[in-house]
Amino acid sequence: MTTSLFFVQLINGLQYGLLLFLIASGLTLVFGVMGILNLAHGSMYMVGAYLAWYFVQQTGSFTLSAVISAIIALLIGIVVERTLIQRLYRRNHLDQVLLTIGMIFVFNALQSILWGNDPLGVQVPDAMSAAIPLTDVVEYPVYRLFVALLCVAIAAIMYYMINRTRLGMLIRAGESNREMVECLGIDISRLYTIVFAIGVMLAAVAGVIAAPMSSIVPGMGEHVLIACFVVVVIGGMGSIKGALIGALLVGLVDTFASVLLPQLSSMMIYILMAFILLIKPQGLFSS
Amino acid sequence: MENYNKFMRTLLAGTVVATLSAQALADNAEPIKVGVMLPFSGIYAALGDAGRNGLKMALKEHAGELHGRQIEFIEMDTEAKPERAPEIASSLLNQHHANFIIGPVHSGVAMGMIKVLKDQDTIMIIPNAGANAATGPLCAPNIFRTSFSMWQPSYPMGQVALDSAYKRVVTMSWNYGAGRESLEGFEEAFKAGGGEIIKQIMVPFPKTEFQSYLSEIGSINPDAVFVFFAGGGAVKFVKDYDALGLKGKIPLLGSGFLTEGTTSAQGPSAEGIRTTLHYADGLDNEVNTKFRQNYQQMFGKEADIYAVQGYDAGLLIAKAVDQLGGDISDQAALIQAMESTTLLSPRGEVSFSKAHNPIQNIYLREVVDGANKVIDVPAAKLEDPARGCKL
Repeated sequence: MTTSLFFVQLINGLQYGLLLFLIASGLTLVFGVMGILNLAHGSMYMVGAYLAWYFVQQTGSFTLSAVISAIIALLIGIVVERTLIQRLYRRNHLDQVLLTIGMIFVFNALQSILWGNDPLGVQVPDAMSAAIPLTDVVEYPVYRLFVALLCVAIAAIMYYMINRTRLGMLIRAGESNREMVECLGIDISRLYTIVFAIGVMLAAVAGVIAAPMSSIVPGMGEHVLIACFVVVVIGGMGSIKGALIGALLVGLVDTFASVLLPQLSSMMIYILMAFILLIKPQGLFSS
Repeated sequence: MENYNKFMRTLLAGTVVATLSAQALADNAEPIKVGVMLPFSGIYAALGDAGRNGLKMALKEHAGELHGRQIEFIEMDTEAKPERAPEIASSLLNQHHANFIIGPVHSGVAMGMIKVLKDQDTIMIIPNAGANAATGPLCAPNIFRTSFSMWQPSYPMGQVALDSAYKRVVTMSWNYGAGRESLEGFEEAFKAGGGEIIKQIMVPFPKTEFQSYLSEIGSINPDAVFVFFAGGGAVKFVKDYDALGLKGKIPLLGSGFLTEGTTSAQGPSAEGIRTTLHYADGLDNEVNTKFRQNYQQMFGKEADIYAVQGYDAGLLIAKAVDQLGGDISDQAALIQAMESTTLLSPRGEVSFSKAHNPIQNIYLREVVDGANKVIDVPAAKLEDPARGCKL
């Protein structure tokens, strides 16, 4: 592999990893704070992509579509938490898994009814349709660099929120001892609603910004869900920092494996996961 | 003389009885049961919908040729899951006693269905799944296909690439049966004409992270790239090919599924891509014009190849039932009728090979303004070699 190709693949891996982080962060946040295993998390990614497509058709503006989609996702999160998830806090993980698998079917059916089964596509916004030449042949699209930077920015904002704000303090407190937080007079159920809605919104935003670079098809959520779980398990369930490191690892390993070890590439991220679990059974940054 | 009269009377009476009973049969006969095994949910749902639409449309348009027999549809969702195929197929066969079983889309599902339906008292008509084996080593008298073998649409592209003076080509697909067989078809013709495959990239199915592979292709800089992708993966691939700057520098060739039912999602990225397939939207023949018009009217959207293949499955049933005067109880006669039919399909004339795979034209198309325009017919009446079939 030449140096320039290595460099290109490095960017590919980092960019894929950062997008994975954005999707996985919501999953791990919800699990860390609320102990809820949300298998329908991938469906929220799918909903985000479909909403982005729909509102681009309606408004003609990708930015406007992104904002509307994020707000709708937040509302979906609030409604789902208040009507369904709330009943499960005191139940075991099996019940949560059953409910959230059921939600996958419901969201898939809704998608089919509302938007049909044909593959859909969103064009990259004009302002970012340019590309930077990297080698004689290969270019790097500005939009994909923007997505990578946006993911870094969102990671930074999350870091700031969790470590420096009152909401973040409550989230951290809720993670370590929810009874104590309740005793201190904090409305824990409202906190949970907020956290769950933010988790849903993160997945949907990932779907929105991935829409112009991917195909919007039925079942897209399930594919992403598996990669997400690998990321979260590697990083340690519930750890945002772990999700970031895990996502970058998965992105880089997957990218380089597909070029260097094509025969094994479909297994490599699972081999990575197994290897890490052998050394650290709780994941890299388990809380 | 006496004997002759007696003979004539008997013959006459016999004819009358035969005519009456045929009439009675037609009026009171049980409906023809058509089992439909297509994916109506999951990643191939759009393909299943289109196939079902085409099938129903054909049988509705040709209801007059069924000699009064009604059609009863029994629809089963395969979800494109091979592991469900044997169970559903055997329920259609043994519980519903379906006369015809139409399906599937996915080649893995086809293998499961064939295992159960081969040499049984029903006719299986495959309206998509292209696995070479279905009309190759696994062929059977009661299995027909109205779509294609994976080899068929790819093979002619080998010569097209040679004619375009491409010498060093990279091929790429998902690492599953359909993908491998499609690449083999292209490589067979391309290598025979002196072309060189400098790299074959097999992507794990159904992965759609193509960026790292495309970066590598860019560094190899071949004369052209030949791929097989379909559906959502095709959309993502074509967009990535454009986004990473390969479009316009390295010509992209493909089996026609790359741009079938996907061009509106691919947008400008698809413009100029050349593919070979047994159909094109703009085929200029009367049947196709009428077909596309009626389909648009009935279902409110544009017909695609999957709809055509379903439509032809319906046509095949209607033709055979018509030829037998509505009586399909004799399986050998039914198979004979189906084998000898020539369908006037929207894709042109279609007849059947000994292995029951369609003999059909393969068209070279180019995407212009989001539509697959025919620019040539590189292979007329192409027959699959049906390697391993003993029919």
